[in-house]
Amino acid sequence: MSPELIDLIVTGVWETLYMTLVSTVISYVLGIPLGVILYVTDAKGIRPNRVMNLIVGTIVNILRSIPFLILLVMILPFTRLVVGTTIGSTATIVPLVVAAAPYVARMVESSLKEVDPGVVEAARAMGSSVWQMIWKVFLPEAKPSLLVGAAISLATILGYSAMAGFVGGGGLGAIAINYGYYRYQFDVMLITVILLVIIVQIFQEGGLALVRKIDKRLR
Amino acid sequence: MIELRNIDKTFRSGKTEVTAVRDVNLTIADGEIFGIIGFSGAGKSTLVRCINLLERPTAGEVIIDGTDLTRLSPKQLRAARKNIGMIFQQFNLLSQRTVADNIRYPLELAGTPRAQADERVRELLALVDLADKARAYPAQLSGGQKQRVAIARALACNPKIILCDEATSALDPITTHAILDLLKKLNQQLGVTVVVITHEMRVVEQICDRVAVMDAGAVVEQGSVRDVFLRPQSETARRLIDPTYKEGSGLTLPPNTLRLAFTGEESGAPVISDMTVKCNVMVSIVAANTENIGGKPFGQMLIEMPHDAAAQQRICDYLDGRGVYYERSIPAGSGPAASQVPAAPDAQAVIESDIPNNEEYGLGKEAR
Repeated sequence: MSPELIDLIVTGVWETLYMTLVSTVISYVLGIPLGVILYVTDAKGIRPNRVMNLIVGTIVNILRSIPFLILLVMILPFTRLVVGTTIGSTATIVPLVVAAAPYVARMVESSLKEVDPGVVEAARAMGSSVWQMIWKVFLPEAKPSLLVGAAISLATILGYSAMAGFVGGGGLGAIAINYGYYRYQFDVMLITVILLVIIVQIFQEGGLALVRKIDKRLR
Repeated sequence: MIELRNIDKTFRSGKTEVTAVRDVNLTIADGEIFGIIGFSGAGKSTLVRCINLLERPTAGEVIIDGTDLTRLSPKQLRAARKNIGMIFQQFNLLSQRTVADNIRYPLELAGTPRAQADERVRELLALVDLADKARAYPAQLSGGQKQRVAIARALACNPKIILCDEATSALDPITTHAILDLLKKLNQQLGVTVVVITHEMRVVEQICDRVAVMDAGAVVEQGSVRDVFLRPQSETARRLIDPTYKEGSGLTLPPNTLRLAFTGEESGAPVISDMTVKCNVMVSIVAANTENIGGKPFGQMLIEMPHDAAAQQRICDYLDGRGVYYERSIPAGSGPAASQVPAAPDAQAVIESDIPNNEEYGLGKEAR
């Protein structure tokens, strides 16, 4: 393999990590509040609010039902508005976040639903306000489950980032498509695929190891 | 003082309505340990949740020290709840916090300064005898230890009331005893009012001053524990104190069975032996247990008498002479309809007090 190609793949790995990690962080910054709103305003939540729940729920569902590749193309004008370009890894972060934030919101909501209702009841009995419940009960108690969700989200977002290679995104996905698909260099494609598998493994196992370390229920 | 006035609670899901609590009136005095007992589904857990408005009553007033909680704003209600501690069957500790931080939780809500909160947590850990577990997590504790943490947490802000919802039902008998002793100690030392929800009569026996018996959402009987034990007025109370009764067991006692209740010194005296000799009768002891109520020994016994009416009369005369409470036992496990079944004619003479009809189960009726 030529040194240029090795350089290209190394760059691809960094671009992939950059897109995936930055997108995941931004998706969580948006997704956690959305997930909390979905959970808290649910009919069975601590502050039921049908209108709020319906609005957030509908937006989340619409964004989640658009296939990523189509969403990617559909929001190109928006991407250009935000980052000034539609190609490269930074431009890919925009559609990745638009697709992943609603997904993360549902992951967060489902993690919060796992919090023991008895603990929630005890916190209510002690006179906790909604904010105190969110900060001191829901999020801390759901932390292990939220981390498992984050590991799964990372792998999903990594997969999305590879798809972005089709429309000028960077990273390993672009290399796999450009060399493997357009130039029939299957060895290059194979290498990128193996690298992607390794990265997903690291995220997944690293995430679970972290959960085992921080979850106080497993002692 | 806790006053519950005409409390109703109906749950609605779709088109079906379930009334969990109906027209309950109770007054619980300051510093009292008050039991609410009933079988599963009697509505006692819902009723106790009406006291701190975890469940908002469909109708009625919850008056604590003169304030009707149902009229408070959400903020005022949160403040009022800080004066009412609560412990649960499943402990409900924050799993990701240490023991000390669990106890600290209500202090954080109250905005207690860090140093003061640390001091209070230390006091509480010492009070429930868990000083060495401060840094442990709930998953590392036994059930009894978890409940002690929950008790310390409930006491953190010096509440005037502690609500216990089946607090010992997940614990073994020895641990149950220890937890009840702790509650009693806290009641005596701190003067905190304790409301105990349970389906186990031995819990009521061990710590309660007064008890209300619930069935199908209503209070069917209330009074001092001693009175309810000696002279249960309702079918539910009878079944709860019957040592042979097991839910769904279907066991029926023969009609010639007597329940003897002993108080004070009698329980130590050999009444049955003496009776069999003096009356020249043979009796079978179907079941017996001895309890300790309010520091006084108390025993009850179910005996099966001979079918011979004359012998039965001799037994009753003997018991009358000894001043022992006795009554015909309701056939156990035969369901609520049992109170409608007339007693067997040959046993009429021995019935000391008639079984009350359901109509007599007046709300708030004091047991004799």
